Amino acid sequence: MAKAKAIGAAAARQHGSVGDVAAVTAANVTKTFGSGDDGVVALDDVSVSIRQNEFFTLLGPSGCGKTTLLRLIAGFELPTQGDILLEGEPIGHLPPYQRPVNTVFQSYALFPHMTVSENIGFGLQMLGKPQAEVASEVERMLALVRMEALAKRRVDQLSGGQQQRVALARALAPHPKVLLLDEPLSALDLKLRKEMQIELKHLQGETGITFIFVTHDQEEALTMSDRVAVMDNGKILQVGPPREIYDHPADRFVANFIGETNFLTAELTSLSKSGGRVKLPSGKTVAVTLADGEFSEGQVTVVIRPEHARLTKAKSKTTLTGVLRNIVYIGTDTHYHLRLPGDTPFIVRTQNQRDTQESYQQGDELGIEISANAVQVLRD
Amino acid sequence: MVDVAKLRQIAPPRRPFSIRSLPGFTAIAIVCFVLLYAPLLPLVVYSFNAGTSLAFWEGFSLRWYVAAWENDSVQDATILSLIIAVTAAVTATTLATMAALGTTRTKPYKGLTAIYAMINQPLMVPEIVTAVALLILFASIKAATNYHGLAYLIAAHTAFCIPFAYLPIRARLEGMDLSLETAAADLYATPWRTFRRVTLPLLWPGILAGAMLAFVISLDDVVITEFVKSAGQDTLPTYMLGQLRRAITPEVNAISSVLLAVSVVMVTIFFFLNRRMR
Repeated sequence: MAKAKAIGAAAARQHGSVGDVAAVTAANVTKTFGSGDDGVVALDDVSVSIRQNEFFTLLGPSGCGKTTLLRLIAGFELPTQGDILLEGEPIGHLPPYQRPVNTVFQSYALFPHMTVSENIGFGLQMLGKPQAEVASEVERMLALVRMEALAKRRVDQLSGGQQQRVALARALAPHPKVLLLDEPLSALDLKLRKEMQIELKHLQGETGITFIFVTHDQEEALTMSDRVAVMDNGKILQVGPPREIYDHPADRFVANFIGETNFLTAELTSLSKSGGRVKLPSGKTVAVTLADGEFSEGQVTVVIRPEHARLTKAKSKTTLTGVLRNIVYIGTDTHYHLRLPGDTPFIVRTQNQRDTQESYQQGDELGIEISANAVQVLRD
Repeated sequence: MVDVAKLRQIAPPRRPFSIRSLPGFTAIAIVCFVLLYAPLLPLVVYSFNAGTSLAFWEGFSLRWYVAAWENDSVQDATILSLIIAVTAAVTATTLATMAALGTTRTKPYKGLTAIYAMINQPLMVPEIVTAVALLILFASIKAATNYHGLAYLIAAHTAFCIPFAYLPIRARLEGMDLSLETAAADLYATPWRTFRRVTLPLLWPGILAGAMLAFVISLDDVVITEFVKSAGQDTLPTYMLGQLRRAITPEVNAISSVLLAVSVVMVTIFFFLNRRMR
């Protein structure tokens, strides 16, 4: 335990930006449910630092451990090993009511026997704030989430979107150091969800509170986050800003989970400090970017995003060639499904223009041009 | 074009399964209701009989209600019944609430099923067995202490009321969203304040239901009361039982009708309370 704390403190210093300490640090956290052969490892030696005032997203499929990590930060679960640090202070052993951290629950968990105002004021009351201060803070929160008119309503008389706002106001009212959000938008319909995404991002900027957001929706993660941690099987696979995660996925899972992509087997022929060159199955050689990690020359997997490739009828000089199998029109874009020699599938995405005729047909043998710097070598 | 009419003939639109479509459902339901409620009707009607008979109608009168009201034995028995029922219901409900919290708001532990079984044991054990056991136990205590007061009856009633109070409270706790208590803890409420401010207010309908059920169960108990009571300690049911051994008059009907009215009123109050608190 003492050792874990020491490691944690070091990690907090190391990962925090210069001069200030990380808002939340998970230091070598392992969480096991059950014991012996029935035990399930929900988190496997996870270390991550979340900066002050950051909108940080934990992204992954269900069962990846993202909610467990959130519950460990909130204090609803205790770590099996490792520790959680809040601004450098170990809090892994504290009960939830002693942590200056609040949660927006997936089910909202609003108190059904209280009004909107009473729900929002609950946290401040429990902190022992004087009545007048509670009342004025509740007013401020009601205004912040634009719910002033419904202050005296019972929560079961509210719509899903309104309940969502109350849950948000209730969690923000006590001015937590960190706000935890457990898939709070998943129960809303698409249009409302898009609105709330913008509003959440706006609220985070306005309050200056660190947000830790859990979701399985990659678009949601890319839209709102300053940084995203992609999780699978109890491990964090990659942490970075949305653009970096999308453009430079580190491994097959990340590349596949975020957006659509094409996988090719290639041969790494030369390495330099910033990148290298690979020989594609077609025999052509292109410059590549490399994921973090050690690489040696030889067989590797590379990924190319569908929007970074273009089709052309002149196939002699292009990087790749393939046979067109399917044309899928989806409004903004058209997806061309091709087969490369060796039966490898490859998708090219083209943005549609108005009034242009479809110029390719099923069965056409076409050339595929790849944008410069669009080929990424994976770690696996 | 598809010929819809023809299609309907081949495959009629499927109705969702409903138990009401089974043959005999209506008949069975009617028989059950008649068996349950028909005997109550003459009981109530003859409580208003002007004559002394339970079989011949001699005109409308409230004389048996007046007679019961002015009967000192009935008054004493009523007061005793209420004292025992209220005390036993309050004690049993308090204990049952603690038991329900202990069996639903803890991590599942070894022996939990055994504890469920033990709490509900009074529902399973024949009442007469409990009555004889208590008679023997209390007889020796009475002999040793020379105390012949109400405590025996209250203790016995509390014991058999516990499972009746426990079941609705546990059902309410199990139906409650656990994340509400998690949310309270997240919002700086200590376990005690979480209980006071969130669990208990949401549990009230269950506690009230348990208390009312316990009250009614205690109020109409005969077997255990008959075995445990000391001389002169008659509750309303044991008094009525005693009356049956003598000439039976519509006074018993009148008392029964009042008891019936009390239980109907209590169930109604509970129904509306429960609906308002939901």
